[in-house]
Amino acid sequence: MSKSPATRTARRERPLSPHLTIYRPPITMTMSIVHRITGGALYFGTLLVAAWLMAAASSQATFDWVNWAFGTWLGRLILFGYTWALMHHMLGGVRHLVWDTGAGLEKHTASKIAWTTLAGSVALTLLIWVAGYMARGAL
Amino acid sequence: MSGSNNDMRTPLAKVRGLGSSHEGTQHFWRQRLTALANIPLTLFFVGFLIALNGAGYTEVRAALANPFVALVMILFLISGLYHMRLGMQVIIEDYVISEGLKLLTIALSTFFTIAVGVASIFALLKLAFGG
Repeated sequence: MSKSPATRTARRERPLSPHLTIYRPPITMTMSIVHRITGGALYFGTLLVAAWLMAAASSQATFDWVNWAFGTWLGRLILFGYTWALMHHMLGGVRHLVWDTGAGLEKHTASKIAWTTLAGSVALTLLIWVAGYMARGAL
Repeated sequence: MSGSNNDMRTPLAKVRGLGSSHEGTQHFWRQRLTALANIPLTLFFVGFLIALNGAGYTEVRAALANPFVALVMILFLISGLYHMRLGMQVIIEDYVISEGLKLLTIALSTFFTIAVGVASIFALLKLAFGG
């Protein structure tokens, strides 16, 4: 209907500031995204905790079945991922609590802390699983 | 001067400091408070699971029935679930654009949280009180 230049320019692509797809992602950005993803995973992971507790409170057969499911190849993989998500989210959370005080916000310091939380989460996850297998007497 | 003619807020609103959301910093503060509580509680939970690795039905039931374990587990569940409910609200608010769907998903998330919490805590109480 309207052919005025003003309306036509309005439909044109507007310039956008550089965003996700433009920058090479800095580690702090990646860890921020991972923090949200692990948080979301832990949200649904509570179902595993609830299933385990309910199974323990019900019959031996139910408990054995849940125990069996957790012990399968897939079950262990999910629990391993759950452990890592928990550790990563916990360390990332500590990082955020430190930032809340105003400390550690300098660019290079923040990047160093981000790498540390990533390495720490992997180390803690492995430590937990080694300790778990040792408690089981499998190591 | 505080009595500027451009300020539309009432003196009461200024004192309350709750802003347009009527919540003030409550969401932020509770997220941090539960985050802080979650650190020792999570470490306890993980340590408990390590110690219980390979345990059977009777052993697990006895361990969970211990009053100290039951109490800390209940605290872990309450703090953890409250924290994740707040976090999921932020995720929903960020990505769900439609106002109606946003309200619905946040409500469903709250129901999910309460269902998981009630089922888990009931299981723990059942074990603790000799179920």
